[in-house]
Amino acid sequence: MRAQFVLSEIGVGLRRNLTMTFAVIVSVALSLALFGGALLMRQQVSAMKDFWYDKVNVTVYLCNKNDAGGGAAGAPATPACAKGAVTAAQKKEIKSDLDELTAIVDKVYFETSDEAYKHYKELYGDSAIASIITPDQMQESYRIKLKDPEKYQVISTAFAGRAGVHSVQDQREELETLFQMMRGMNVAALCVMALMLVIALLLIVNTVRVSAFSRRRETGIMRLVGASSFYIQMPFIMEAAVAGLLGGVVACGLLLLGRYFLIDGGLRLAETMPVVNFIGWDAVVAVLPLVLVIGLLMPSLAALIALRKYLKV
Amino acid sequence: MIRFDNVSKSYPKQNRPALRDVSLEIEKGEFVFLVGSSGSGKSTFLRLILREERASHGMVHVLGKDLARLSNWKVPQMRRQLGTVFQDFRLLPNKTVAQNVAFAQEVIGKPRGEIRKAVPQVLDLVGLGGKEDRMPGELSGGEQQRVAIARAFVNRPMLLIADEPTGNLDPQTSVGIMKLLDRINRTGTTVVMATHDQNIVDQMRKRVIELEKGRLVRDQARGVYGYQH
Repeated sequence: MRAQFVLSEIGVGLRRNLTMTFAVIVSVALSLALFGGALLMRQQVSAMKDFWYDKVNVTVYLCNKNDAGGGAAGAPATPACAKGAVTAAQKKEIKSDLDELTAIVDKVYFETSDEAYKHYKELYGDSAIASIITPDQMQESYRIKLKDPEKYQVISTAFAGRAGVHSVQDQREELETLFQMMRGMNVAALCVMALMLVIALLLIVNTVRVSAFSRRRETGIMRLVGASSFYIQMPFIMEAAVAGLLGGVVACGLLLLGRYFLIDGGLRLAETMPVVNFIGWDAVVAVLPLVLVIGLLMPSLAALIALRKYLKV
Repeated sequence: MIRFDNVSKSYPKQNRPALRDVSLEIEKGEFVFLVGSSGSGKSTFLRLILREERASHGMVHVLGKDLARLSNWKVPQMRRQLGTVFQDFRLLPNKTVAQNVAFAQEVIGKPRGEIRKAVPQVLDLVGLGGKEDRMPGELSGGEQQRVAIARAFVNRPMLLIADEPTGNLDPQTSVGIMKLLDRINRTGTTVVMATHDQNIVDQMRKRVIELEKGRLVRDQARGVYGYQH
């Protein structure tokens, strides 16, 4: 089988169905871009929740000297902290009370303000807010891992309003709203992707049907002179593969462009949402090969299935 | 070469079978006319040989192979040993004469050097030397059929199947085509030709097989077209 002969047949086939080829490329590109986008969104969510979400459920923040009001940083006063920063005696009392709650508390970590600063840096990286925070602005806290995360309420009633306690936060609740939103967007992206995928596949099936019909003379003659079914089907499959690959390339371009537009240029989310540590270019680039491979294989498979129906061999 | 053992073929949604209990044998090197009115089962007979269809009952052997037991992926191999010619020529209109003939070799993966040698040779044989670069549309019907015969013969098949090759041609051109088929037959290739052309059958005096409503009604060694049809 000679490559030149096969390639020229593919070129002829793609040009003959130019509008159809274009439609296939666009729909494959859109569905794959959404697919890649959904993957990246998931990475973004897990990158964000990685540090605390799985480790700690509830945080008891302790008052620091700024919370008493009129502090150096000019932070507004918190009523619970009106009496000033937490004392050593208060800390000890809270710790021993927590240790007694063995029925629901799994582990307690004490986080100093230096550690809090370090963890904040890890979580939010080099974002704009992280760079203006200083260690002494961070609150000391007891980070509590619960045996049953649902028992948050018990900790809350026991410690909220106690002297020296700034607030009690259910970490999950805080993060969950954000993650919920991102998961919702993820599901929406996947739904649209599935729809686009169906459209892309139907377009490919139809393209194959049309080109099988318009080439029935050639394929009929090929059959008569004993061309193998693989040889007869290959130009059709290659056409779908080439169109799919072009769609994949466009999808890759869209993903790179999307990362740039959303985070760096255009919307500038990196500036307007400084608390979020966005995924880097490396994560985007890592998704591209998968997008290309799917762009290559999926239309080929669709074409093969369509050929079984529309091309007698 | 070809053997039919009690072969019947029915198509779905048709009451009457297209072939009914046909048994016959065609030897290597024979020239056989297949005659009968439209709907007598001639096309089905040829389609069974080409394995475009499978027999409903009975066994079809072609080139020593039981076609019922031949797996689908081996069918192309079998067809490479067969040449086929049709009433409507079936040429590719956007390829030249030489490209049309070469097509039959390209699709089975013959090396380029071999194709360059074989194509002019077979075009000379069918009397089209010097017309390699013409398009099929520029040729007369007879010349187009010669291109089709060249294509069928370029791979030197053991068996040539011709389905009314002179059906679209005037009597004089038909005689030329028949001479060509006769010449091919003399190289040792078995020729099976379905036809309605009474003059040709009567002149050639070859074996005649007649089908009527799917039954084999006549098998004559040096036959004529037959009675009034």
